[in-house]
Amino acid sequence: MDVSRFEQIASCAWRMQRHGRMRVPAVVFASRELLQAMDDKVAEQLANVASLPGIVDAAYAMPDAHWGYGFPIGGVAAFDAGEGGVISAGGVGFDISCGVRTLRTGLRLEDVERAKGRLADLLYARIPAGVGSTGELRLSAEGMNAMLRKGARWAVDEGFGSTEDLEFIEEHGVVAGADPAAVSEQARQRQRDEMGTLGSGNHYLEVQVVDAVFDPVAARAFELAAGDVVVSLHCGSRGLGHQIGTDYLREMAIAAPQSGIELVDRELACAPLRSPLGKRYLGAMRAAINCALANRQILTHLAREAFAEVFPGSRLPLLYDVSHNTCKEETHVVAGREQRLFVHRKGATRAFGPGHPELPPAYRDVGQPVLIGGSMGTASYILAGASPARGEQAFASACHGAGRAMSRNASLKRFNGRAVVGELAARGIVIRSPSLRGVAEEAPGAYKDVGAVVEASEEAGLAGLVARLRPLICIKG
Amino acid sequence: MHWETFEHEADVGVRGTGGTLAEAFAGAATALISVICDPRAVQPREAVDIACAAPELDLLLVDWLNALVFAMATRHMLFSRFEVTVAEGRLAARAWGEAVDAERHQPAAEVKGVSFCELRVARQADGAWLAQCVVDV
Repeated sequence: MDVSRFEQIASCAWRMQRHGRMRVPAVVFASRELLQAMDDKVAEQLANVASLPGIVDAAYAMPDAHWGYGFPIGGVAAFDAGEGGVISAGGVGFDISCGVRTLRTGLRLEDVERAKGRLADLLYARIPAGVGSTGELRLSAEGMNAMLRKGARWAVDEGFGSTEDLEFIEEHGVVAGADPAAVSEQARQRQRDEMGTLGSGNHYLEVQVVDAVFDPVAARAFELAAGDVVVSLHCGSRGLGHQIGTDYLREMAIAAPQSGIELVDRELACAPLRSPLGKRYLGAMRAAINCALANRQILTHLAREAFAEVFPGSRLPLLYDVSHNTCKEETHVVAGREQRLFVHRKGATRAFGPGHPELPPAYRDVGQPVLIGGSMGTASYILAGASPARGEQAFASACHGAGRAMSRNASLKRFNGRAVVGELAARGIVIRSPSLRGVAEEAPGAYKDVGAVVEASEEAGLAGLVARLRPLICIKG
Repeated sequence: MHWETFEHEADVGVRGTGGTLAEAFAGAATALISVICDPRAVQPREAVDIACAAPELDLLLVDWLNALVFAMATRHMLFSRFEVTVAEGRLAARAWGEAVDAERHQPAAEVKGVSFCELRVARQADGAWLAQCVVDV
């Protein structure tokens, strides 16, 4: 990236002034090194986002930003419905409400080391993973509508997990305003046998150990200590969300000119929040968020079953569940005025600071857990939303992961799946995956250093480092 | 007919070229499969008929590839051979393939959807047709 396009406004914040069709400036949160390493297309895509109607304050990019389609991955933008603001199917992406959930296990490293192979086998047997895999659940039309309306709460009512889980999920496990009628028959068909499946690509379930604690106070609130074992899973709304993204991207791209919206990039496909199409997408997207929350709740149940077999009596309480591909209606203070805004986070995590009323009481003093996924073999991190005393940044958002350092094609040429599994085994990391090609494409060396990304997030005041997690077992889709 | 994939930082681009629009569309479909697995590993045992229509040619490519994504997801199939005809904004195709066999196909990642990024359907200077876009994996 040509850094001269930006003015440095803080040690890890860079502003691009309005130019051309931009309605607001663009701000990238990153160290100089991370900014330099970003593709110029990130700046181009941010400028395009900044040109959308009703955008408020600035178009933001997180330290892990990279070239996406329409929005950059790691992009954050908020829109005011009253000012002609839009909602963008491209700005949410295909994997609606893709996210990370972390469970505590109450187990210590030495407990799990003793049974690692068996635990890996059981998790792999229980969790449907990979292309073409199916779950056991089949929903009736009414069952699907209930799931789309009630999210993780529906899953708990069906016997997957407990009511206590709901407190530790954004929006308590159910996003209001979901509209099952706005979800196409095709989207329903794609979900027919995909409830409780992990998916493929960069989706995974990992057993991890806390190998460093950076903030003892926040770690205590999250009930984490060095040597503790946790489970993290990364997946989204499965076929239903992918199809909703597909359906509305097309419809919005065709309809935009009729709403007077000139799209510089059709992938920015959007509709005014107050238009019938905008409202319909909002209802469908919220249904997809609920589907993702229900899906992660079912996977949680399956993981708990596997753990209970190996460690009878074990409990896996939910630490937190975050979604990083969403548009959410939230209250933020902009230029001293409180406003209801529709915040798009595409590859960015919500990061409410201490004191936020939506946080569970146990975390209210330290801020929202921000769960940052690594890749097989590399560390994951837990951060906490930054104190509002420093001023809310980027509508309380932070990074979401490392981002790829090389394309899938390049990793496939560079890495051999079997060799990657062997190298990780030598480092004590057990991999179970249906596809060695998938393992090669997701090799740890194909990803950027997530450490630099989380450090920049802390330096920028987006979220503070709490703990680092090292993988022990990875179930790879 | 020729097919290839091209680089995108987060995802993968698929591209087909050929003497006719239909050949380019068939090439793009093969490139789509290659994102998931080696198309040569997929036996053409079973046929699925696909039809779509769109107001513009580039949208027709998106619809065609999305129809394949949908067929693969709901039928748990992979495809390797495509007979495509395109006329007046309408596409009719027969896709040949078989059920996913994780052991034999080693499928790396499902395609979630087809984006408008780098989307291009055009006749090139040499008269050949090109059809390409980036898909989300």
